[in-house]
Amino acid sequence: MSAHAMTPHGHASHSAHAAHHDAGPTTALGFWIYLMSDCILFAALFATYAVLSPATAGGPTEAELFELPFVLVETFLLLLSSVTFGFGMLAAVGRDRPRAMRWFMVTFLLGAGFLAMELYEFNHLIHIGAGPSTSAFLSAFFTLVGTHGLHVTFGMIWLATMMVHVMRDGFTDTNLTRLNCLSMFWHFLDVIWIGVFTLVYLMGAL
Amino acid sequence: MATASRHPARPGEDPSAAQAAQAHGSIESYRKGFILALVLTVIPFALVMGNVLPKAATIAVVLGTAVVQMVVHLIYFLHLKTGEGERWNLVALVFTVIVVGIVMAGSLWVMYNMNQSMMVPMPMPAG
Repeated sequence: MSAHAMTPHGHASHSAHAAHHDAGPTTALGFWIYLMSDCILFAALFATYAVLSPATAGGPTEAELFELPFVLVETFLLLLSSVTFGFGMLAAVGRDRPRAMRWFMVTFLLGAGFLAMELYEFNHLIHIGAGPSTSAFLSAFFTLVGTHGLHVTFGMIWLATMMVHVMRDGFTDTNLTRLNCLSMFWHFLDVIWIGVFTLVYLMGAL
Repeated sequence: MATASRHPARPGEDPSAAQAAQAHGSIESYRKGFILALVLTVIPFALVMGNVLPKAATIAVVLGTAVVQMVVHLIYFLHLKTGEGERWNLVALVFTVIVVGIVMAGSLWVMYNMNQSMMVPMPMPAG
């Protein structure tokens, strides 16, 4: 792609440019408010889990089910993906497309690794008879962790979409605004995961 | 910030690009955030897996490191600042933290009390 595609706004469209630039921060604030409402959704799920985690209905308890080294690896994958996404954003803002694409690809793979581990864990739990229908505790567990996993899935779909957009149109203002929102979304998922591994896995193993 | 000088606005290019770069932090800020997050992850896992402290102390450290790590993520990864123009982000966050606190603490408190009150007393042997 030519340099033209990367800086689509010439001098002629300066006023349009300025108007365009106003939209970025407003969109970012709007997206931030969406993330805050998502936070409240997760708070409801966390509260449900905290209340229901002793309700094992004679089934397996938290301490019997959770493997902390496994969760630690999941945590590292997600934390690394947060950092690689940050590096990708820095490359994007610096208009370095090959580097940005490399970091986005690494982020995507780390996210896929996290998701694969989570699906493996779910599959394992269901296989040993600790599925969501076993007890209120496991229903709450699958809902909370599954909702987080669903968010990661959508983040990865979004990331793949953005990689196509960037390959096609380069770092236009619109694409940078979208990437900025996606980066907030991705980092936000990592913040939620801190709550998950603390309240579900660590407190459960105690 | 270092980033501003690393991506100087080229002539004819959008002058706010440098500003935008600043909003995304720097390699240095991500590195710092990563190391802090790593330490704040390893400490609670080590304490729980190693079983070195009494239970109450472990709970306190685990919850404490989680809160600190969330703040680290907000500052180094989400670049939350307190300056002018960033105010509404912060206001929304503070409001959310309050609601989350009410939802979490309130649910636990109410449900605990309900469980206490609903506890069926053991039938006493008739005297």
